[in-house]
Amino acid sequence: MLSRIAESLFWIGRYVERADDTARLLDVHLQILLEDPWAEEDLACRSLLSVMDRRLPAQGAAIGRVEVLDLLAYDRFSPSSIAGALVSARENARRAREVISTELWESLNATWNQLPSHMRPARPHDYFTWVRERAAVVAGVVDATASRDDTWAFMVLGRSIERADMTARLLTTRALAGSGGPGWTTLLRSCGAHEAFLRTYRGAASDERAAGFLLLDRLFPRSIVFALNQAEACLAALEPVADRAIVDDARRHIGLVRTNLEYRPLIDVLDALPREMEQVQRACAAASDAVRGRYFPSALTTTWVGENL
Amino acid sequence: MADLFDDYPAGVAWDEMLDPATGPRAAYKHVHAALAQLSAGELRARADALARTYLTQGVTFDFAGEERPFPLDVVPRVLAGDEWEHVAPGVAQRVRALEAFLADVYGPQRVVADGVLPRSVVVSSTNYCRAARGITPPNGVRVHVSGIDLIRDSLGGWRVLEDNVRVPSGVSYVLSNRRAMAQTFPELFAALRIRPVSDYPRRLLAALTAAAPAGVDDPTVVVLTPGVYNSAYFEHSLLARTMGVELVEGRDLFCAQGRVWMRTTQGRRRVDVIYRRVDDDFLDPVTFRADSLLGSPGLMTCARNGTVTIANAVGNGVADDKLVYTYVPDLIRYYLGEEPILANVDTWRLEEPGSLEEVLDRLDELVVKPVDGSGGKGLVVGPAATRAELDALRSRLVEDPRGWIAQPVVQLSTVPTLVEDGLRPRHTDLRPFAVNDGDDVWVLPGGLTRVALPEGRLVVNSSQGGGSKDTWVLGGAPPRREPATAAVHHPVPVGNAVPIDANPQDIRAHVMQQQQTLDGPVRASSSDQEVVTC
Repeated sequence: MLSRIAESLFWIGRYVERADDTARLLDVHLQILLEDPWAEEDLACRSLLSVMDRRLPAQGAAIGRVEVLDLLAYDRFSPSSIAGALVSARENARRAREVISTELWESLNATWNQLPSHMRPARPHDYFTWVRERAAVVAGVVDATASRDDTWAFMVLGRSIERADMTARLLTTRALAGSGGPGWTTLLRSCGAHEAFLRTYRGAASDERAAGFLLLDRLFPRSIVFALNQAEACLAALEPVADRAIVDDARRHIGLVRTNLEYRPLIDVLDALPREMEQVQRACAAASDAVRGRYFPSALTTTWVGENL
Repeated sequence: MADLFDDYPAGVAWDEMLDPATGPRAAYKHVHAALAQLSAGELRARADALARTYLTQGVTFDFAGEERPFPLDVVPRVLAGDEWEHVAPGVAQRVRALEAFLADVYGPQRVVADGVLPRSVVVSSTNYCRAARGITPPNGVRVHVSGIDLIRDSLGGWRVLEDNVRVPSGVSYVLSNRRAMAQTFPELFAALRIRPVSDYPRRLLAALTAAAPAGVDDPTVVVLTPGVYNSAYFEHSLLARTMGVELVEGRDLFCAQGRVWMRTTQGRRRVDVIYRRVDDDFLDPVTFRADSLLGSPGLMTCARNGTVTIANAVGNGVADDKLVYTYVPDLIRYYLGEEPILANVDTWRLEEPGSLEEVLDRLDELVVKPVDGSGGKGLVVGPAATRAELDALRSRLVEDPRGWIAQPVVQLSTVPTLVEDGLRPRHTDLRPFAVNDGDDVWVLPGGLTRVALPEGRLVVNSSQGGGSKDTWVLGGAPPRREPATAAVHHPVPVGNAVPIDANPQDIRAHVMQQQQTLDGPVRASSSDQEVVTC
């Protein structure tokens, strides 16, 4: 497969997952601001923006849900906002059009076409629901129609790395905002994990168990360890004949941070949650770079010059 | 300026939002202002959004074979914080008294010996269950969940209309109403401090766990439903889901070796607490109705052995018998030594000398109810009844005076409600829910406000064309946050966030787009992208 195509596939996986996760995160964030009369809106929004790698406005200027939505949900030009991620996913699909199935292309293209009509609804919840639904359609189409070859491996690799990264960011919001931040229930809900969690522990929900569920659960597909395991499996599928002594860079980054979470007492991890989560994010970024270096070397940098008509 | 309330008629009853003389009352100031800003079209659009949410969520009820969204009105009902500080203790007091009454009536019956309640009232109650005598619940709780129906009369005072201590339903609507309203009226939630209701499932589970038989650590709690065709199935599944426990039907359970088990893929699993949403009569075909398929044979034996807790307890119906209701103020004084905080509605006991005659004489101006009915079944509103109905009723009263009570027609308070002609006053009641975990009776802030949608109608049950409103209790102290988390409060870090990656090819594309939009911001972005990727 062409490196360029592989790169597009990898990023389709990442962008769609990013839109999905950001929608989940914002949905719960807004719901909490509405339902909890004692939530500190400014602090909660600041910590969210900081975790999502956005520049914070000066201390004096209060920020609220409107600003957060503008930056993280409706910005079409930043690939780390929901709208931007969906636009970018479609762009990447165009580049890999001949490899991906028509169904997948059409679902991404339809998403892009419908985007303007879904932006800025009266109830942001409707937008998030729509985004989650579209992401589910894309994931379902991939699942149902992609052959389990490299096409699949690159897409799922992108998705898993993104998922681990976003879940880590989500957990950081909890640690940063302290008492003003979302509770564990909220975090579980935003990962779609609340009901699965309740069923697992039958309502005997303690903070520690909730954290453990999102960090370490081996069966729940949105937990960090699950996502990292899946990323490793994809990397292994991409390069089955491993060198006897040396591990591929990307696998090393991911495996290291996974074992670091898995084989340490949970309480240690929780004590330094922001730092641990930063490590997960850095490992994901490093793995992503390593994948790029290994599979998508771009020797020539093409620059395009706009025509001034 | 013309607004939605311009043609709002002053009804006969006490209106909770608008005082005909002085305008909106204090608690409703915000809501009134927010609604008055909307045009009729906007209000309809929000009402449609609410209905759509309910269709999607499946919050529906079966109406003549068609699934309709449970009617949720766009106008919330608002209770001031101080008002709630009066209602909640009143409800809790009533629950404590009924709890003591049940323990007594299925035990030593001191209340009869001391002459507070005639023995005939107890033993003649159709819901007095001899099979429940001698079953002592592990932590002394029989009324784990209760719903006390309250109304406001024409003077704005609260009164208790009836007690529901068997299987009170409706709490799922409180939870889902709140969620739907928060999504539909975000601006109001931002401006008002509305006490949250989402704690309910956790409290209920804690109360059920506390009621487990002694010696069981990590008890298994299940919700017992009659099945998917039950009208309250939505509620059963919601409670089981939010508590994270199994939702079982009668056929999933079996009794063996003096215990209750459920059939699972991993073999049988012991059941310790059953939160049952099945009526007493259907619970155990061995003890009660032999043709019941909804329960599990042997359940009562296990309960008697103390190996399983049934919540709410069997036989609670004697406490919400409407004739016992008339004695509840006396029961509160007798058991708790307190004055009742919430008054009853005046009621005639037809068996007392002279009262049957008086009631028969004034039948066309009274409300007559069967003592064991719920959901408004069998209730006759005198002024609205035809002559033939009244005649039929008269002969039934003479035949069975124990089976009926009579009350004056109470003008339930009204709240503006969106109907076809716009906002109109409609009668409402309130069902606060109380959870008793043995140490404390916790009252869910708010409760289910039911509203009678047809004009002038006083019966609010959903089976009789009723809708609901979200109930907002304002203010109150913020919940105690764990100091531990407050202590490790991290400041919001600036500048050390891990960057969110993007495909370098896209970044170039975005630069291109931005350059081009600088040249001509009006051009559609799609044409830019064609240039980039061709």
